[in-house]
Amino acid sequence: MPVAFVVTLADAAGAGAGRVGGKAASLGELVRAGVAVPAGFAVTVDAFAAALAAADPGGALRASVEALDPADAAGIAEVAARLRSAVAGAALPAEVTAAVSARYAAFSSSGSSSGSVCGSPSGDVDVAVRSSATVEDGAEASFAGLQDTYLGVSGAPAVLDSVRRCWASLYNDESVAYRRRLRLPEAGVAMAVVVQRMVAPRAAGVMFTRSPVTGDRSVIAIEGVWGLGSALVSGEVTPDSWVIGKVTGEITARRVSPKARVHRYLPNGPATSPAPAAGAPGRVTVADTPAALREAPCLTDEEIRALAAVARRVEAHYGAPQDIEWAVLDAPFGSAAPGAPTGSVAAESRVVLLQSRPETVWAARDVKPAGAPKARAADHVLALFGKPL
Amino acid sequence: MTEQAGFPLPSQIADVPGAENWRSMYQYFTRFQPDDDKRFWFYNSMHFPEPMPAFDTITGEIPYQAIGANTARLFVFPTTLGIEHRIVNGRVYITANPVLEAAEIERRAAEFGPRAGYYFENWDSLYEGWKGRLRALISEIESVSVPELPEWEPSEAVFSAAGVAQNHYLHENFHRVLALYSTMWHHHTEMLMLGYGAYVVFFQFCQQAWPEIGDQTVARMVAGIDVIMYRPDDELKALARLAVSLGVDDLFTDGCAAADVLAALETRGTAGAQWLAAFDKARDPWFHVSSGDGFYHHHLSWNDDLTVPFTALPGYVAAVRAGGIAPRPTARLVEERDRIASEYRALLPTGDEKAAFDQMLGLCRLVFPFVEDHKFYCEHWFTTRFFQKVKEFGSLLARAGVLAEADDVFHLHHTEIDQALADVSLAWAAGSPPLGGPHFQPLVAERKRMLSVLKDWSPPAALGPVPEALNDPAVRMLWGITAERIEAWLNPSADEVVGVAASAGVAEGTARVLSDVSEISQLREGEILVVPVTAPSWAPVFAKIRAAVSDIGGSMSHAAIVAREYGMPAVVGCGDATKRIRTGDRIRVDGDRGTVRVLSD
Repeated sequence: MPVAFVVTLADAAGAGAGRVGGKAASLGELVRAGVAVPAGFAVTVDAFAAALAAADPGGALRASVEALDPADAAGIAEVAARLRSAVAGAALPAEVTAAVSARYAAFSSSGSSSGSVCGSPSGDVDVAVRSSATVEDGAEASFAGLQDTYLGVSGAPAVLDSVRRCWASLYNDESVAYRRRLRLPEAGVAMAVVVQRMVAPRAAGVMFTRSPVTGDRSVIAIEGVWGLGSALVSGEVTPDSWVIGKVTGEITARRVSPKARVHRYLPNGPATSPAPAAGAPGRVTVADTPAALREAPCLTDEEIRALAAVARRVEAHYGAPQDIEWAVLDAPFGSAAPGAPTGSVAAESRVVLLQSRPETVWAARDVKPAGAPKARAADHVLALFGKPL
Repeated sequence: MTEQAGFPLPSQIADVPGAENWRSMYQYFTRFQPDDDKRFWFYNSMHFPEPMPAFDTITGEIPYQAIGANTARLFVFPTTLGIEHRIVNGRVYITANPVLEAAEIERRAAEFGPRAGYYFENWDSLYEGWKGRLRALISEIESVSVPELPEWEPSEAVFSAAGVAQNHYLHENFHRVLALYSTMWHHHTEMLMLGYGAYVVFFQFCQQAWPEIGDQTVARMVAGIDVIMYRPDDELKALARLAVSLGVDDLFTDGCAAADVLAALETRGTAGAQWLAAFDKARDPWFHVSSGDGFYHHHLSWNDDLTVPFTALPGYVAAVRAGGIAPRPTARLVEERDRIASEYRALLPTGDEKAAFDQMLGLCRLVFPFVEDHKFYCEHWFTTRFFQKVKEFGSLLARAGVLAEADDVFHLHHTEIDQALADVSLAWAAGSPPLGGPHFQPLVAERKRMLSVLKDWSPPAALGPVPEALNDPAVRMLWGITAERIEAWLNPSADEVVGVAASAGVAEGTARVLSDVSEISQLREGEILVVPVTAPSWAPVFAKIRAAVSDIGGSMSHAAIVAREYGMPAVVGCGDATKRIRTGDRIRVDGDRGTVRVLSD
């Protein structure tokens, strides 16, 4: 396969998780399924490899990592720090810089005035930069805490810087120690990065296309908070929750929680200068929720139905229950006019997905089959009445 | 079974002050016995939400003979014998007799399999035969005559050597009426227990496959669209159309009285006569719909009291004039039912589960026409005729001076009616006045007084020790009594009425509590109907209301099915909604959770 340092999300699924990471591949798959996803591109493992080759010519540093004793915390800390600063600090190969900058510039020239896209007065589009790990299966979970997300990054130099920070996160002490314990070869370690336009949601959260409580496949469980989903993911705010039937469309459970705090993305707010520290939010503000909104549900019934419709499409596309991150915008995705249309179809146009992955908890459980056919249909009834108390 | 604090024991129930003599109304075999304290009993509010008039105890006495005979003796259900009932303070408590010993269950199962299998295998043809037998029973009860007891027998009685005088037929015909009622109940249970069994296995399967599925959703997959219960309402709509096309529609105005309209139609020439002919045709059998489930004599049918049809007709006439009444969208309803079933089926992960689903749903749809339509034949058509016939005997007793009025016959147990008939027969034969007046009239007056006192008693939901396990399929099937339900009885919510979530959605509005369908004219557009029970005779009111709440009924009950079709929230089987909610209360009906909340004003 020819070397490509960036691929659009639309092409990411085709490129494969091995080259663009799981997150980008899954977003690409969503695009393929016709689901609205904030536009973006993936910086591939090829870019990572080129950058690493420049940062660690000859691979001497990586070889010294492989030589580390997993129990030698001090040694790990020392070598990892050197690798991190090399990855974060070394000059990027010109081709990588050019590819990322060009793709980012293409964003900024197309539709930065769009209502659902955030940008600074300079014309640069605000983006989220997220690491997209290439490790397989359950191991990803072990890396989850080590991966970085930078919100509200603006301007090509800042984007490039954030990309390098994502890469460097592979060499966190914990990450290195984890690989040493499993004796994973450093040559197999790679990190792709997703660069995506920022959205400023009215509400955001997660949803599962089967009940996380009972495993019921006929319902969709939705949790949401005002503003960014980070307040929910971090556990800072107890989300509102709903259960909606896939077949009936009936909302069978509603719980509105007091949502004391709200994380918002302010497109025109002051940038954290010069660049955010690793893991710190970009132009994200954390504030007390206005009193009128605190105990108000963060989704209307129409929005709940719209989310459910999108969730069903995604589940059908994957053929398995999904664990989805979503956001609901003020205006139809990609349109400049805020507010305007109502109704569930219109609500669906305001839904974007930020992530979808297979549900793993119930998938791993041994769920007892609900029943099996018998010789005659009536035998089911005979069995019911024949069962001892 | 372990003892657990919670429900009182039967022996701990005190007589209601002012009605201490309630036992005099009921038979000895309905009394709680000392040993009954060891068993778990629950109040059968589903069928008997009011204190029992003495005659109406026959609606327990006969059905429990029939049900037990069916399960214990006829089909030999392996785990269930019959149901015992007791009356305390006028209320009916029941308990099921389970079979617990494994060897005995096995012995019974060997008999049950072929017997039940035969009915399922031949269901459709058996049901056809069943309908014929029920129609024959109905014709027979309609034809039973109540002797006139003339001064002299007609001379033909002599010339034809009849040899038997009319007073003999007092007994024979009254016993015939009782016997027909018993026969009807045996046929009622003949296919019903097995039919409900098909429902139960499908409900259990669905709950296993989709733990969060609501009963109403399962019911929607099963529901038949073309069932008899819609017919009475459809007949009214047809009569409204006819009134408009014949030009007699001006007579149907809001608040019109049936008698006035019928009298006016007599003066309207051919058109009036034509409408009246169509009306008479529709009345038999389609107006034999009880306002209840046929368990009380005062649950009158449309034919007994024309208020309901004549309250609904003006609205239908206005709708016809305004462009017609849309027929029930049966094709769309069938399509929606099939969509729901096939989408749930598609959610099943394995082919085996899909195959089991197909078998069980198929069986439900096979039994559905019987399970749904038997009520019209039994509880409505036959039972309306039954109570009418008993009332004719009441008229005879009133004419003879034994009773003050015909309806008082329902305050005598059928064995007491036998005594009264013996009295009348003896008196007629002897040429003397009957002696029953001073005996029965004070007794009836006292019983009516006691019933009005007992009406205010709140019966405990259950009595006796809570069983460790309560999964008798028959009990679960007929009464929805589960461990969860018992738990809810023990810990009632103060401000919430809890029932069965019967039709999805949430609605707020003003409550209109009606104790009987005859009060239907009080109902205003957009109110929430709160009633003891609904039956097909209530169907026309659903066009007017925003939501429905009932004391009695399950997810397959009439209110539930009609509410789902209208797409309005409904909570049924609340037990005491009509007591806890008042007309004018602002209430919130949550048809998803099965709760009704009285909102503070």
